Amino acid sequence: MTEPVLAADDLRVWYGTERGPVRAVDGVSFAVYEGETLGLVGESGCGKSTLGRAILGLLPRGSAMDGSLRFKGSELVGLPRKELEGLRGPELGLVFQEPMTRLNPLMRVSEHFEETLKIHEPGLGKKGMRERAVEALRHVGIPPSRYDNYPHEFSGGMRQRIMIALTLVLHPAFMVADEPTTALDVLVEAQILRLLGDLRQNFRTAMLLITHNLGIVAEACDRVAVMYAGRIVEIGDAREVFAEPKHPYTRELLASTISLHTTDLHSIPGAPPDLADPPSGCRFHLRCPDAMRVCVEKAPVPVRLETGQRTECWLHGPHDQVPANGTEPLEREAISVADEA
Amino acid sequence: MPTKLEPETPEVGADDLLMDVRDLEVHFALRGGALSRFTGRGGGAVRAVDGVSFGLRRGEVLGLVGESGSGKTTLGRALLGLVPATGGSIGYAGHELVGMSEHNLRPLRRELQMAFQDPHASLNPAMDLQTAIGHPLRIHKMVRTDTELRERVVTALERVGLAPVERFMDKYPADLSGGQKQRAVFARATIMEPKLVVADEPASMLDMSVRAKVIELMQDLRRELGLTYVYITHDLATAKFFCDRIAIMYLGRIVELGPTEEIFANPRHPYTRSLLAAVPEPDPRVEVSREVPRGEVPDAAIRPAGCSFHPRCPKAFEVCGWEGRDLRALLEERWTTLTEDDYLAESSLFADLTALDGQRGTVQVAAASGHMGEEVAARLTRIRDSDTDEPLWRGVADIRAKGGHAEVAFRDGTDPGLTLIGDVEVACHLHDPAIQEAPA
Repeated sequence: MTEPVLAADDLRVWYGTERGPVRAVDGVSFAVYEGETLGLVGESGCGKSTLGRAILGLLPRGSAMDGSLRFKGSELVGLPRKELEGLRGPELGLVFQEPMTRLNPLMRVSEHFEETLKIHEPGLGKKGMRERAVEALRHVGIPPSRYDNYPHEFSGGMRQRIMIALTLVLHPAFMVADEPTTALDVLVEAQILRLLGDLRQNFRTAMLLITHNLGIVAEACDRVAVMYAGRIVEIGDAREVFAEPKHPYTRELLASTISLHTTDLHSIPGAPPDLADPPSGCRFHLRCPDAMRVCVEKAPVPVRLETGQRTECWLHGPHDQVPANGTEPLEREAISVADEA
Repeated sequence: MPTKLEPETPEVGADDLLMDVRDLEVHFALRGGALSRFTGRGGGAVRAVDGVSFGLRRGEVLGLVGESGSGKTTLGRALLGLVPATGGSIGYAGHELVGMSEHNLRPLRRELQMAFQDPHASLNPAMDLQTAIGHPLRIHKMVRTDTELRERVVTALERVGLAPVERFMDKYPADLSGGQKQRAVFARATIMEPKLVVADEPASMLDMSVRAKVIELMQDLRRELGLTYVYITHDLATAKFFCDRIAIMYLGRIVELGPTEEIFANPRHPYTRSLLAAVPEPDPRVEVSREVPRGEVPDAAIRPAGCSFHPRCPKAFEVCGWEGRDLRALLEERWTTLTEDDYLAESSLFADLTALDGQRGTVQVAAASGHMGEEVAARLTRIRDSDTDEPLWRGVADIRAKGGHAEVAFRDGTDPGLTLIGDVEVACHLHDPAIQEAPA
């Protein structure tokens, strides 16, 4: 197998707060290969965006990172800020959530591209810069005749296309897209998803696509990682995971998604836990319909299943590590509406 | 889990109408530039709602579905008099709401309530829940004593599931989760036991796992209080689940209106079809076709000629209202597919394309200096012959050279009105019997 573009191993991110450390990302491992899109899903507050920022070295002050994060084989954890900044752009790209607020209204589109290219590829020259920029814009469907327009002359969807072109113009090997379509309308969302799919094929960019919309993952991703309370609880081929979810959280999340084929409403009781003081054992046990005694006592360990998925849930073993009586169903009080998300 | 409610009134008479909306218009005047202010001529208007008619039946859930810029939110607000309508009529319980003074409207607001989109922004951060939820009762002077006020607040909180109430009475919005805030918003909207609640995207700011709970809450409130809802959303999946009837809106108008099952089983308007095809589907076993229309919702200040959806419509044909700016969009779209050299060669033939924007009928496509009208006309003809599937060319009667211009003659377009087919109203020339019988 080829080397992954990006590989995380037991990656942890803490935020220092008055209530003590908040473990927003708490030991996650995954790899993304060339030309592959990994979807990252989970409810708000599960650590998705923190993970995306950690990869790009955009964590705020007062946070700490530990474990290993290797980009093309070299370690990013512990890298001085200056060196990380050098990677950001030409190697690690980012597409933000709100295209409306990310372009400078006083700068022409051409000036945005020139600024980026001047910093990262100083030898290009005016003509070279134009060629590169127009080429990137063409890939996202912005005509060259609009190159000297200002951001306000474009619609929301076109601005998101321009943002994507600004990331692409440097040909990064890895890209984080954090909710890239959340602020857009359904039809424009579908256009952008199609565009991201084309880019994956044309540029072979490896991508982490963060979203709370499971439909988008099913449509745009090769693999999916499901995050809950700072852990990846299930990871695998997107079609496999969605067709046969192994972790109860994945299953419940899928069931609560309202699609055109929904016939019954379903929701997950309660809310994701406070990451300053996460529950003992499996972090999902308080909301899990399948919770067993062992789930309170011991944190589940990652298990690789025959289908290729990796999950951490005692339902899938390893069964020799489950104590006696551990598989008895957990008795507990129902969660009231008062505690919901 | 509760499933969808059956509509309570299968046959609708005049008595069953809660609200009757006819030809409603909400236009926002645009301030013109310095010159137009000087000459006293106006700068046009954004027609946010542009002639909308429907009857709202007692006890039903009517969905207003569309993209941003479709006018759905403005329409919802206009129903409650929160934005003044500039034309048409809204009949409610023997009153005409359009043009009614704020003073006269106020008592009616007890019966007409709104739940806003963003629960984080629609609760005052400095008011505890008890005060915020009881506020409408104080404003409308519906309680005499503090004890009475407290009792009503307790009932409202319990009704939306924020129990035990002692845990919530003194909380501030910042202490609540997104789902809890939305429950508080509904407690405030229902404390006066209104007849109609306009709910504007109540679930769209919330996590997927909470959306189902908000829909469930609205269903419970409907059953308990006999509410009628206008549910505004861009999310067809929740609309399918929650609504009895659905109105699909595009650029200030209803383009399709009918019973939910019918709209989903047999969508007639190409726009409705596109919206349905764009809903992301989480189940990999469900096959979905993805025919996504090009472009985005155009500016409501300058409506497209003919049918507003024609520039994006995959099914558009001769009479749909083709005009100059459609040609500009076509050329610009084409240029993203050409190589740099081909692009430069082709674009250098044309003078500034923005001149096409205001032109209708026979439009002038100017040649760049140093080029002839013949060259432009020949090029346009070649483009047409290379892409005969493009709907725009069906609207072009003739391309000819004339001096330094190419003249492109567009066929006359007409604006499709709503046609009733079975129990669905649809505004599309494909379903207009007069046009279908006499093909162009």
